[in-house]
Amino acid sequence: MNIVERFGGVFLLPVAIAIIAFVLIGAPSSWLTLTVAGLAMGMMLFLMASGLSLVFGLMDVLNFGHSAFVSFGAFVAASVLAYFGGWLGSESIFLNIMALVFAIAAAIVFGAALGWFFERVIVKPVYSDHLRQILITMGALIVAEQLILATWGGTPTTVLRPNFLEGTIIVGGSSLEIFRLFAFIVGAVVYAGLYLLLNRTRMGLLIRAGVENREMVEALGFKIDRLFIGVFMLGSALAAMGGAMWAGYETLITPALGAEMMVIVFIVVIIGGLGSIQGTLLGAIMVALMQNYVGFLAPKLALASNMLLMMAILLWRPYGLAPAVK
Amino acid sequence: MKGNTTVKLIAFAVWAVLLFAPFFFQEVRQVEVAARIAVFIVLVASYDLLIGYTGIVSFAHTMFFGFGAYGVAIAMKQLDNTWGYWIIGTLAGVLVAAVVAVLIGLLSLRVKAIFFAMITLAAASVALVLASQLSTFTGGEDGITYSVPDVFKPATKLLTDDEGKVAKILGVRMNGKIAAYYFVFFSCALMFWVLLRIVGSPLGTVLKAIRENEARAEGIGYRVVAFRTAVFVIAAVAAALAGAIYATWLKYTGPETTLSFAIMIDILLMVVIGGMGTMWGAVIGATLMVLAQYYLRDLMEVAANATEAIPFLPELLSPDRWLLWLGIIFILLVYFFPAGIAGTIIQRRAAK
Repeated sequence: MNIVERFGGVFLLPVAIAIIAFVLIGAPSSWLTLTVAGLAMGMMLFLMASGLSLVFGLMDVLNFGHSAFVSFGAFVAASVLAYFGGWLGSESIFLNIMALVFAIAAAIVFGAALGWFFERVIVKPVYSDHLRQILITMGALIVAEQLILATWGGTPTTVLRPNFLEGTIIVGGSSLEIFRLFAFIVGAVVYAGLYLLLNRTRMGLLIRAGVENREMVEALGFKIDRLFIGVFMLGSALAAMGGAMWAGYETLITPALGAEMMVIVFIVVIIGGLGSIQGTLLGAIMVALMQNYVGFLAPKLALASNMLLMMAILLWRPYGLAPAVK
Repeated sequence: MKGNTTVKLIAFAVWAVLLFAPFFFQEVRQVEVAARIAVFIVLVASYDLLIGYTGIVSFAHTMFFGFGAYGVAIAMKQLDNTWGYWIIGTLAGVLVAAVVAVLIGLLSLRVKAIFFAMITLAAASVALVLASQLSTFTGGEDGITYSVPDVFKPATKLLTDDEGKVAKILGVRMNGKIAAYYFVFFSCALMFWVLLRIVGSPLGTVLKAIRENEARAEGIGYRVVAFRTAVFVIAAVAAALAGAIYATWLKYTGPETTLSFAIMIDILLMVVIGGMGTMWGAVIGATLMVLAQYYLRDLMEVAANATEAIPFLPELLSPDRWLLWLGIIFILLVYFFPAGIAGTIIQRRAAK
């Protein structure tokens, strides 16, 4: 057990899943494709779930409407990309990148603004009342979903992708979609940024302290409410960014997107444990790998497999794999 | 008059109207509404047992409702439409519901209430996906249409007059449709009564104690996890039975009528509108919501047509946007009337 702990403990689980899948799949090239897809998806899930986890850790607030940010992010990005359709199709990589940056930036700004509104209007009046919190954020999710339906319509929206992210590259006989590699890199950069923010800055120190013991931080004279709204906005901006990336990944999005992602995001934070970004990353990668492998081996069981994974982990560790709060 | 009595009188009035519904309202659609109200009263009351009396939030109530409905549907379709198979189907549905409830309960009621809400949500969505994927059994997205025991067929004559035709009482034909309605009515009334007895029993008191102060209840010596799991199982069984009854009435079972998330939201709204933790409020909430569902949408259509000239507004007022307004009403209710209609009446009267 000690040796396992030294090499990362529970963080070895995704590796274990990958090795088991390698044996079951048998074909290295398909395995590589699936693994890259899983890692890319995991990074996008991480973006979507990290805010939920941090907000819960810091303020004991669980936002059932969190997936509204994901769908708004996806649709805003899709609209911006459609607006810059001419830039996307052009040969110039610079114009491609500019359109992409605008789309993601629009999603982030929109997500942050919506997060601010959510925190002030919806969540603030029901701090520390879990029952009403669940009910109200659920209501907000319904309203958000209906607004998306009213604005963008019920038919699936096609998402344009920049030229330079289209296509695949062949590595050792397996084809890897460029967009997936891109999504993985973006997710990894964001994770690194969050890690530095939480572990190397004064604000991060306060956030971590607040997660561990809020009253103590307040007693020391820090206004945790103000910090909290910042974290809430950051979390919703990240979720919107995740939604934007997801829109590019799926290329066809419907207003039901938020509700679909919500379940997966919940499974991610439950598996990972609430309050820590390491746990969320772990949960996201495990869920995504599992989804891709099982989707290949037994397509009908993909979602059920995640449910079973969650049940198994809850039996073993009722608070998730790497929680920051108990 | 005490507030409690007022609420009970309203609830009794609703039940009385339901009892004579086929005689008051002769249109097919109106009887449909009455049957739906009866079933949803039971469904909402059993949900109130969870959310109102025990303080646990579950999003899997429609899943259990669906288990019961699919139990009957599959038995009727795959086997035969006799009473024997009806009972087998119902029992199978109830059994599956109970087992799943025990599993979820023991697994997740140990940890925070909020985890439980998330886990039940995940479980419910898996059930929904499974129902649409295992199409050989469940009929997939299209659902299953089937025949029910012969007594409930419209062609069945319960009473005949001298000429051998279907007899009429007060202008209502005594055929299988009436039998089906009264089957729904009496089984729902019975279940509602049982739920009332549960709430009034010592078990109900313990549940309230757990809701108010978990640590203290545990301190007095009640195993909180065991009680929570027990009440979750009771609610699941009640929901499954309601599902079986509804499936018998509709002669159709599909994801839209039993498992969908929209129904879960309906139940939540009914509980909150009626008043959490009052049980009688379930009657008021279910009645208002079902009536609104059937008749308010027509009104919205009129409003949408009237505002056609104004941009965006018709889009918001169209009957498809019904959920948007429900969501807003829901948020406002949770803010300003967390006690719901029944709870508010009781509080007002008590304050006087």
